[in-house]
Amino acid sequence: MEKKNMFDNPQNVKRLLKIFFSSVVALLIIDVVYIILSEQHIIHRHVEYEWEKYWSFYSVYGFVACVILVLVSKYILRPLVKRKEDYYDN
Amino acid sequence: MTTNYMPALIFMLGGLLIPFFRGKAKSLYMMAIPVAGFLNLIHIPEGQHMLMGFGDFNLVLLQVDRLNLLFGYIFHIIAFITVIYILNFKDNVEYMAGFFYSGAALGTIFAGDLFTFFVFWESLTIGSVMLIWSRKTKSAQAAGFRYLMVHAFGGLVLLAGIVFHFTETGSLEMSHITLGSLSSYLIFFGIGINCAWPLIHPWLTDAYPEATIGGSVFLSAFTTKTAVYALARLYPGTEMLIWIGVGMAAFPIFYAVIENDLRRVLAYSLINQVGFMVVGIGVGTELAINGACAHAFNDVLFKGLLFMSMGAVMYRTGKINATDLGGLYKSMPWTCLFCCVGAASISAFPLFSGFVSKSMVMSAVAANSHIPGQGSLVYVWLVLLFAAAGVFHHAGIKIPFFAFFGHDSGLRVKEAPKNMLIAMGIAAFLCIFVGTFPRFLYDVLPFPTDYEPYTISHVLTQTELLFFSALAFTLLLLAGIYPAEQRAINLDSDWIYRKGGKGVYALLSKTLNPLNTWCESIVRSVASFVSRFFKDSAARLALFFSVNFWMIKGVKDKRLAMKKQRLYNDILQGTMPIGIGAAVAISFVVLVYVLT
Repeated sequence: MEKKNMFDNPQNVKRLLKIFFSSVVALLIIDVVYIILSEQHIIHRHVEYEWEKYWSFYSVYGFVACVILVLVSKYILRPLVKRKEDYYDN
Repeated sequence: MTTNYMPALIFMLGGLLIPFFRGKAKSLYMMAIPVAGFLNLIHIPEGQHMLMGFGDFNLVLLQVDRLNLLFGYIFHIIAFITVIYILNFKDNVEYMAGFFYSGAALGTIFAGDLFTFFVFWESLTIGSVMLIWSRKTKSAQAAGFRYLMVHAFGGLVLLAGIVFHFTETGSLEMSHITLGSLSSYLIFFGIGINCAWPLIHPWLTDAYPEATIGGSVFLSAFTTKTAVYALARLYPGTEMLIWIGVGMAAFPIFYAVIENDLRRVLAYSLINQVGFMVVGIGVGTELAINGACAHAFNDVLFKGLLFMSMGAVMYRTGKINATDLGGLYKSMPWTCLFCCVGAASISAFPLFSGFVSKSMVMSAVAANSHIPGQGSLVYVWLVLLFAAAGVFHHAGIKIPFFAFFGHDSGLRVKEAPKNMLIAMGIAAFLCIFVGTFPRFLYDVLPFPTDYEPYTISHVLTQTELLFFSALAFTLLLLAGIYPAEQRAINLDSDWIYRKGGKGVYALLSKTLNPLNTWCESIVRSVASFVSRFFKDSAARLALFFSVNFWMIKGVKDKRLAMKKQRLYNDILQGTMPIGIGAAVAISFVVLVYVLT
C-alpha cells in the first residue's frame, strides 16, 4: 500500500480551498480598512491614478484579466492555431 | 589588486580544457571556472581596457561600467549554478558548448566597440546551436537548424547595420544611437531578433524546448538578456521599444495558457518577462532603466530556476507534456518546492525577487504617463498590469499545478539528483534573498536609486491582484472551463518559414522543374547531334567521295559493301595504312605552302 499523501485525502483539498477563499475575503476587508485609514490621513497612500483608490480595483482587475485571458485562449486562439502533433512532420 | 583579463576568455578557454579532466577533478574544475571569472570581474576597474588597433579601427575588447557589470555579475552567478546543475550529465560537448556560450555572452556585454560586440554576438549563436544539437534527437536537429538560419540572418542584418554605421559616422563606439538612418534601423532590428520581438520570436519557443535539459537553462539566461543589455546600451528611451515591449508582454501569455509542453510554456513566459524589460528601456528614465536591468537580473534567476525544475522532472520521468504529468509532489517534493519558489518569484509575490523589479518598471511607466504628450502610457500600464496577472496564471500556477499537483499521473520516480537539487536550492535562495533584501540588488543597478518596493499600498495591491488571479484559476478549474491540456501543437509565426517555406519550395519545384527538364532536353538533343556529327563525319565524307570513285571504276555489290565497311572502320579507328596518312599530311603541308 502506497503511503497516503497530503492531497490524496479530499478533506485536505477542501481545507486548502477554504483557507484560500477566506484569505480572498480577508483581502477585500483589509482593502476597506486601508481605504478608510488613508482617507483619514492616518496612513499616507501614494497613487498614480485615481482609479487605484477605488475599492478592490486590483482584485477585480486581476480576476477579470484572468477570466478574459482564459476565455480568449480557449475559445479564440486555440481553434485558430491548434494542429495535430505531427503537423510539421508531413 | 587590479586585473584586466577578459571574462569571456576565462570561460571560452577554460571550457576547452574540460575533456582533459576526469571524475571529481572535472566537477571541481568546472565549478572553479565561474568562481575564477567572478574574482577576476570584481577586480577589473571601471573604464576601457585592452585597446587594440586593427587596421583602421580602434577596438576596445573590454569596457566596464555599472550597466554591464550588473549583467556580468548575474551571468557569472547563473553559469556557476547551471554548471552544478549539469554535473551529472557527463557530456563533454554539452559542457564545452555551455562554457563557450556563457563566454560569448560575457564577451558581448563587455565589448567596448561594435566590431568586438558583433564577433561575440555571432559566437553566441554558435554556442547556443551546439546546446540544442547536443540533445541529438531528430526534432532537436531540425529546430537547431532553423535557429541557426534565423540567427545567421539576424547576424547579417546587424553586420550590415554596423558597416553602414561606421561609414556614416566613422565610429564604432558602443554608445547611444538615435533611430533615423538605415544603419540605425538595421542594428535595431538585428538586436531585436535576439530579443525575440513579436513575430520574429518563434526561434525561441521553437528551439529552447528542444535543447538538452541543461542547455535550456543556459539558453534561458543569455541570448535574450544580452539583447536587453544591447538595447539598454544603444537605444535607451526609444519610444518604439515601449510598444514592442507591450506586445511581448501581452501576446505570449495567451499561448502559454493552451500550450502542452511545459518547457515551451516557460519559453513563452520568457518572452513575456523580456517584454517588461523592453518597455523599461523604451521609457528610458533612470528608474525605468534600473527596473529593466533589475528585472533582467531577477529573470535570469527565476527563469533559470523554473527551467531547472522542469528539466529535473524531464530527467526523472522522461516526459514534459502537461498531459503526461501530475502528482509529482509525492515523489519529487524538493523539486516541487523549488519550482514553487521560482513560480512565486516570476509572479512577483511580495518577498520574492520579481516583486522588487517588476514594480520599478510599472512605477516608471506610471510616472511618465503624467507627462504631457505621453498620456498613452496609461494603456501601456494597464496592459502590463494585465500581463502581470496573466504571468501568475500560466507560469505561477500552471507550471507547478500541472507538473506536481492536479491529476495524478501515477508516475513514481526518484527525487532529482543531488547536484540538481543543490543548483535549484541556490537559485531559490537567491530569489528569496533578493526579494527580501532588495537593497543588495539596488546598490549595483546602473543608476543610484532610493526606490522602496515595500510600501503598504504596493504590497496590498499586488497581493490582491495575485490572489484574485488565483481565484479566477480556481473557479474556472472547478467549473470545468479551464482549457484541459491537449496533445497538440499550436501554430505560431514560425509557420511562415516552416510551412510557408515548404509552399515556396513546392511552387518553385512546380514552375522551375519543367523548365529545367525542357532546357535539359534541348541541351541533350543538340549535344547528341553534335557528337554524332563529329563521331563519323570525316568517314562519311570520305565514303561519299570514295563510293562515287569506286562506282566509276565498276566496283559493285558485295565488294563495294566490303570496301565501304573497311574504309569506314579504318577512318573511325584511325588505322589507315601509313602511306595514305603520310600522303594526306604531306598534301596538307603542300597546300599550306601554296596558299601562303
